[in-house]
Amino acid sequence: MLLLTIESSCDETSAAVVRDGRQILSNVIASQVDVHALYGGVVPELASRKHMEAVTVVIDDALRKAGVALGDIEGIAVTRGPGLVGALLVGLSMAKAMALSLGIPLVGVHHMEGHILAPLLEQDVPFPYLALAVSGGHTHLYRVDGIGKYRTLGRTLDDAAGEAFDKVSKLLGLGYPGGAVIDRLAAEGNPRAFDFPRPLLKKPTFDFSFSGIKTALLYYVQSQNSPIEGAHLCDVAASFQQAVIEVLCEKTLRAARDTGLERIVVAGGVACNKGLRRLMGERSAKEGFRVFFPSPILCADNAAMLGVAGDAYLTAGCVADLDLNARANWPLDQAGWPQQLLP
Amino acid sequence: MVEWVIDTASAEETNRLGRCLGQVIKEPAVLLLTGDLGAGKTCLTQGIARGLGVPESEPIVSPTYTLMNLYEGRLPLYHFDLYRLADPGELEELGMEEYLPGEGVAVVEWADRFDELCQSCLAIRICHRGPDKRTLHFCAVGSTGKMLLQALQSVWNQRD
Repeated sequence: MLLLTIESSCDETSAAVVRDGRQILSNVIASQVDVHALYGGVVPELASRKHMEAVTVVIDDALRKAGVALGDIEGIAVTRGPGLVGALLVGLSMAKAMALSLGIPLVGVHHMEGHILAPLLEQDVPFPYLALAVSGGHTHLYRVDGIGKYRTLGRTLDDAAGEAFDKVSKLLGLGYPGGAVIDRLAAEGNPRAFDFPRPLLKKPTFDFSFSGIKTALLYYVQSQNSPIEGAHLCDVAASFQQAVIEVLCEKTLRAARDTGLERIVVAGGVACNKGLRRLMGERSAKEGFRVFFPSPILCADNAAMLGVAGDAYLTAGCVADLDLNARANWPLDQAGWPQQLLP
Repeated sequence: MVEWVIDTASAEETNRLGRCLGQVIKEPAVLLLTGDLGAGKTCLTQGIARGLGVPESEPIVSPTYTLMNLYEGRLPLYHFDLYRLADPGELEELGMEEYLPGEGVAVVEWADRFDELCQSCLAIRICHRGPDKRTLHFCAVGSTGKMLLQALQSVWNQRD
């Protein structure tokens, strides 16, 4: 099917055209700055009004870049949740209006489902696999048995990893977005210079906690008599990043060992982090797991990622009514196939 | 305006204080939290949520990115975080006035970034006193805030 997909759950307004749930014809993000800097969070354009201003523009641009006419579109997939209701409703209302006027089917997709299926737009990743979804708002480990079949294995109990990057960046006076800046400084520093805590590492669960690392860094900054800069700053950034990515890698690999899953997908904005990519790659290879990372543009919040699940649902006849509602809180385990349509 | 100052010796005790506060809330209320990064605003909110009957199995996580998290307790809990907001106009876009007060309990972190959020509320400022120690300054404005603070003081002073 030729799908138009629309995403407006948080900061970004995005539209894409995706063929058969695998081939991206276009993928337009409204506040697209440097895609490499898009993780860890940007200053929010949270206002629904801003989504409203952007939504028709990104849809027109997505159609134009894909080289298709509106009449060629065979179905629409839209983010239904989780997220801010006001923001979600902009994409959802536009999707419904277009589905009604064009006489084509519509389906709602879970935002995280989009992220953890995004690698399928670039390569074949056989199910089942383990997915680490890590961004400014999320740090979750999921078991993925197929499209629409997900189970949460672990999650953060306080801050998301990307949020920790941003807040630490602010503490160090490095500004927004923090993830890219810290990653760059960390490459120049010694990751063993300071021993920041690795919360919950010894606990046998797959849950995460990053609030304590942030606070430990705060006390370190406060204990210094002079500003942290130069090589010292690089060492602090490297040691902080090491603490975060070690916890992410260790918990993920533990989940892979426990579940017997052989493939690991790392998705979401923090999946752009070079330190995380390297460490996860090395450790996975050592233990015989295969690890998959989407390209940076598919790590950011984008509409193309909705195409994988959207196409599968619509092809199977799983179509939403026009009274489809936004869901602010929506655990991924509750998303997926309606029971009668389970393949 | 009624004030109360209390010290806590650990994150656990801050959490317990939050739990007592959650337990005494019987009607819609607004709680405004201020304090530096790492002061324990989310820690206190986790306690408030448990006191309000949000199941232990549901993690109370930072709303910094999501801006608002909703939980179902005896009353709905709206957990806001204004950290990322730049100007008061964005509050309007969030539809925040519907929650201040609304049908549930609104807990607003980084409330000091926006003056005069609410006329009747309980404002709580958390200050670092060491790695684990905190001082909490409660300031009740309006009748609901005052009743809440009195109930909290009474429960906290009677605990074993």
